[in-house]
Amino acid sequence: MNPTLQHAIFGRLSLDSIPYHEPILVGTFVGVAIGGLVVLSAITYFGAWGYLWKEWFTSVDHKRIGVMYIVLAIVMLLRGFADALMMRLQQALGSDGGQGYLPAHHFDQIFTAHGVIMIFFVAMPLVTGLFNVVMPLQIGARDVSFPFLNSFSFWMTVAGAVLTMISLFVGEYARTGWLSYPPLSEAAYSADVGVDYYIWGLQIAGIGTLLSGINMICTIIKMRAPGMTLMRMPVFVWTTLCANVLIVAAFPILTAVLALLALDRYLGMNFFSNDFGGNPMMYVNLIWIWGHPEVYILILPAFGVFSEVTATFTGKRLFGYTSMVYATIVITLLSYIVWLHHFFTMGSGASVNSFFGITTMIISIPTGAKMFNWLFTMYRGRIRFELPMMWTVAFMLTFVIGGMSGVMLAVPPADFVLHNSLFLIAHFHNVIIGGVVFGMFAGIAYWFPKAFGFRLDPFWGKMSFWFWVVGFYFAFMPLYVLGFMGVTRRLRVIDDPTVHIWFVVAAFGAVLILFGILSFIVQIAVSIKNREKLRDLTGDPWNGRTLEWSTSSPPPAYNFAFTPVVHDIDAWWDMKQHGYVRPLTGFKPIHMPKNTPVGLILAVLATAFGFGMIWHIWWLAIGGFAAAIATGIAHTFNYHRDYYIPADEVLRKETERTRLLSAKA
Amino acid sequence: MRRLRAIVLLLCLALLGGCKAVVLDPSGDIAIQQRNALLGSVGLMLLVIIPVMALTVLFAWHYRQSNTSARYEPEWDHSTQLELVIWGFPLLIIIALGALTWMGTHLLDPYRPLDRIAAGKPLPASAKPIEVEVVALDWKWLFIYPQYGIATLNEAAAPVDQQIVFRITSSSVMNAFYIPAMAGMIYAMPGMETQLHGVLNKTGTFEGLSTNFSGDGFAGMHFRVASLSAADFDKWVAKVKADGGALDRNTYLELERPSQNVPPRTFGTVDTSLFKLAVNQCVEPGKMCLDEMMAIDAKGGLGLAGINNVMPLVYDKYARRGSGQMRAYVAALCQRSSTSETAAGTADLAHQIKAPVQLSPSQSAAE
Amino acid sequence: MSALTHTIAPGSRTPTYYVADEHAHAPGGSTYIGFWIYVMSDCLIFASLFATYGVLGGNYAAGPAPKDIFELPIVAVNTTMLLLSSITYGFAMLAMERNKVSATLGWLAVTALFGAAFVGIELHEFAGLIHEGATPQRSAFLSSFFTLVGTHGLHVTSGLVWMVVLMAQVASKGLVEANKRRLLCLSMFWHFLDVVWIGVFTFVYLLGVLR
Repeated sequence: MNPTLQHAIFGRLSLDSIPYHEPILVGTFVGVAIGGLVVLSAITYFGAWGYLWKEWFTSVDHKRIGVMYIVLAIVMLLRGFADALMMRLQQALGSDGGQGYLPAHHFDQIFTAHGVIMIFFVAMPLVTGLFNVVMPLQIGARDVSFPFLNSFSFWMTVAGAVLTMISLFVGEYARTGWLSYPPLSEAAYSADVGVDYYIWGLQIAGIGTLLSGINMICTIIKMRAPGMTLMRMPVFVWTTLCANVLIVAAFPILTAVLALLALDRYLGMNFFSNDFGGNPMMYVNLIWIWGHPEVYILILPAFGVFSEVTATFTGKRLFGYTSMVYATIVITLLSYIVWLHHFFTMGSGASVNSFFGITTMIISIPTGAKMFNWLFTMYRGRIRFELPMMWTVAFMLTFVIGGMSGVMLAVPPADFVLHNSLFLIAHFHNVIIGGVVFGMFAGIAYWFPKAFGFRLDPFWGKMSFWFWVVGFYFAFMPLYVLGFMGVTRRLRVIDDPTVHIWFVVAAFGAVLILFGILSFIVQIAVSIKNREKLRDLTGDPWNGRTLEWSTSSPPPAYNFAFTPVVHDIDAWWDMKQHGYVRPLTGFKPIHMPKNTPVGLILAVLATAFGFGMIWHIWWLAIGGFAAAIATGIAHTFNYHRDYYIPADEVLRKETERTRLLSAKA
Repeated sequence: MRRLRAIVLLLCLALLGGCKAVVLDPSGDIAIQQRNALLGSVGLMLLVIIPVMALTVLFAWHYRQSNTSARYEPEWDHSTQLELVIWGFPLLIIIALGALTWMGTHLLDPYRPLDRIAAGKPLPASAKPIEVEVVALDWKWLFIYPQYGIATLNEAAAPVDQQIVFRITSSSVMNAFYIPAMAGMIYAMPGMETQLHGVLNKTGTFEGLSTNFSGDGFAGMHFRVASLSAADFDKWVAKVKADGGALDRNTYLELERPSQNVPPRTFGTVDTSLFKLAVNQCVEPGKMCLDEMMAIDAKGGLGLAGINNVMPLVYDKYARRGSGQMRAYVAALCQRSSTSETAAGTADLAHQIKAPVQLSPSQSAAE
Repeated sequence: MSALTHTIAPGSRTPTYYVADEHAHAPGGSTYIGFWIYVMSDCLIFASLFATYGVLGGNYAAGPAPKDIFELPIVAVNTTMLLLSSITYGFAMLAMERNKVSATLGWLAVTALFGAAFVGIELHEFAGLIHEGATPQRSAFLSSFFTLVGTHGLHVTSGLVWMVVLMAQVASKGLVEANKRRLLCLSMFWHFLDVVWIGVFTFVYLLGVLR
């Protein structure tokens, strides 16, 4: 074909962009293709397309959207974890005098993809999923403030994940590390599409994250049940609020800095280049002004989960609610003035470094207070060691180690010898796995019965728990040791043979974690199979304390037949103590938003736009963008986005619940 | 508990004996003090970490559901005294740690010249530090010894118990310069100069490496540092001189080309202006130096007259350093000797600016 | 337990636990605060761009400086256009309050014209600069200048698109509740862009020429 024409149609895309010469990728592709075909044919075979489309893909119900976020996170966890296993294997093989099995070109993509996927497409969807499923129920609302926006946000996150996944089989991913520092990420040093996949995947998902953040804040501010003052909100709602304030205040900076990097790469501007007055360290500063709050966006919701779980399973009011709330707020504010601790070694000078070092340490005070609050909630409690509580205790024991290594890194003289080493890797995995992941597993085990009406199988849950916890220690304690041995991160080959044994132990730990993940999946499958045995008819399987446990499991589309009135932090506990009687008559029609496919359509167009930008297929980029704008405008001409659930329908559902409740009793 | 203690002990033994935990057992005074700061902070934090962990286990066990003899107070949720302790105790620890941090950060600032060789061993007043200029290249380290007029690639040496001053930069992308046994790391950044002061108190050979990912050849970007007695160091310098080899600007541009796992190399003579040129990104004849450019900018730029004069400015915008694809997109070059003479201290470079950069024939044909 | 967290004494009569007589909420109750939060997040994008300009704005790369390329008179005209458009948008809102459809549409059209004039003059300025060779590729100063001012211009452009769409909607549906809400959101957006422009005018143009 005429090269000009070919370039006009396909941009940089050609047959050479398909990595068919890399056996690992071809194997993966075959696996994914077969797996995908099996799933697709199963859906077709069971005739589930219509159901999925009507009830899930086009749904604006916050509970469904939340579940879809978590499904996305679990799927992406498999990809991100496969990267982790490959990395551990490479370093175990590459520290024994050999070269390992991965060339630099491949290894460098893997550690970048691992970081990006785990943060943006596993941890973020997990916390956003929990916000969606739980928060509106906890505040006694029927949906979020902007249900359509919620669906759009979710599908934009999916679009970002899809673009990131496409990079596996078409072209390549960034080979720069997960934050893509320039000048390495500039066009001169990363001329291929990798960094472009990075930029557009994150920009598109970032739109979803930002809008979802605004949505959650508005929901909490405007849609709380009567009586629920700010100081009567469940702690999870507080942490949701603070995390989303952080999202709204931090993600625009990420958007801006990635846009500037894109301008450098696409239009030859000079923000972060070596040439023409650019300044690469500007990027490092800006991206960490987003990056540090991001850490708290992830960990605060986990803190919220632990607070709910501890109070429920100790059968006790949360100790020090007020100090818990203020601790959360203080952490939120402080998280903006610590970013420079990620690069003390830039040489900013002693006064700057000590300022940021000390502000960082100050964050450990409210965090420590939280730890004590959970501890004293357990004190004089009656602790039921169900799965969520097990995760919580494991968190408390693990997280303090991660906190300690974090404060060590906050002391600049110590950071100078540990920065960028495997000690650092061990530290942030210690807080992210020990805090966020344990928290999300606790949250999933805790609220799964609420979302689906049956509990998760405890046996496989405990298997998963022990594999994860033990695997975590095997995988990351050696990395602390390696950090003390002066081994740095992102090394494909390590010449020093004494480090080999530690890498082998770490790889063994990663395999244990793999069993943990597999057990978790088995747990879900087994629970679905045994769902009748695990069924919860009460809607309150744990003897819970907050409003979400007052309605049925799964809750009806309208959540609450009557909006609850709140008199206490533990609103549902308070209702149970005072002999609350469920109303059986007097139902009114309930105003609800209609489902719409527009969010999904916009996300598909955004994916097309992103793909066009990445590969310089300008017609696709312009077309996708224009079509998305047109669709968005067309959507605003739809003035009928809501409907009423008739009172009869509500009555029917509530009578059914009454029947189930009495059958149980 | 006993088993736990045994495991901890074993781990400590493994740390100290089984492997070289160089960060915990360094050979230079700065690294030793940094290690001490690290251990001090751990000690302070353990004051609160250990009770928390112990209480967690204790409470989890004692207040388990099956232990019905344990007190159960479902409504107890506040205690002012306890709140004071849980906020106050961490606060006290952080105040102590903050004070340590403030002092440690200032005392161990890598830019600060040493005031002692080792604990109880003050710096002799007459001693002049060894100067080493370091350039991170893709993907190897270049060391220039301006006092001796020699240079080495991927290997370094220093006399024991003498202050060493490193001036560090990078030719293309970010790296970090780290000799774990000697002192903490510092970034090597293109167009910028960072400094590191250190000393090695033991003779021997130590590892150095880059600790900031810089691309494909990153894993091979390490080197050995020999810490030698004064006499051995002089011998080493003499040997490097005797072995010959010259590092001039052309050789530097050759070296700068990306290469991986490069064996050590020495140069008996060196162009001592090279490091300054490397920091200012003007080793290439014809490239305007950054300091010159910044001096011009500080005076308000070159105005519209300078708009098209971009050829002497291009460093790595269109192709990575050393890829042999230097090109510029504006053909017109104007003379600007009058302005460059106004920029202080750069007049000697002015005559070079008009010279075009090396354009390979194929590239210029493609333009 | 503190008085703060409990409103009912234990053992007292069962209080009300649900709203029996509930009226449907008007849709869009969160729209203003939601849009306000969005505007604030947008403000942070501008803050990042201002910060970038602050850091890189002096790096002329031996090229032109602000005083060499900015033409204050044309920027003054431009600023006037945008300030006037804010005033006329205010008139449109006043007309909307009195439920006058055609007056609202008229003032919106005037606003859109001023806005279009602003964008047109800005594009003219950009074209002139690029023609002279002062392209965004020339120096970090020019990159950050074009990006900051261009981002603002893009915002005004999208505001214009939104305004045209809203005019069509007001024309076809009248000043219904939903349209009033949208007009008020656009009003917030438009005045916000005005405020940002005052920052741009002061810090980029005025201080740039003075420097």
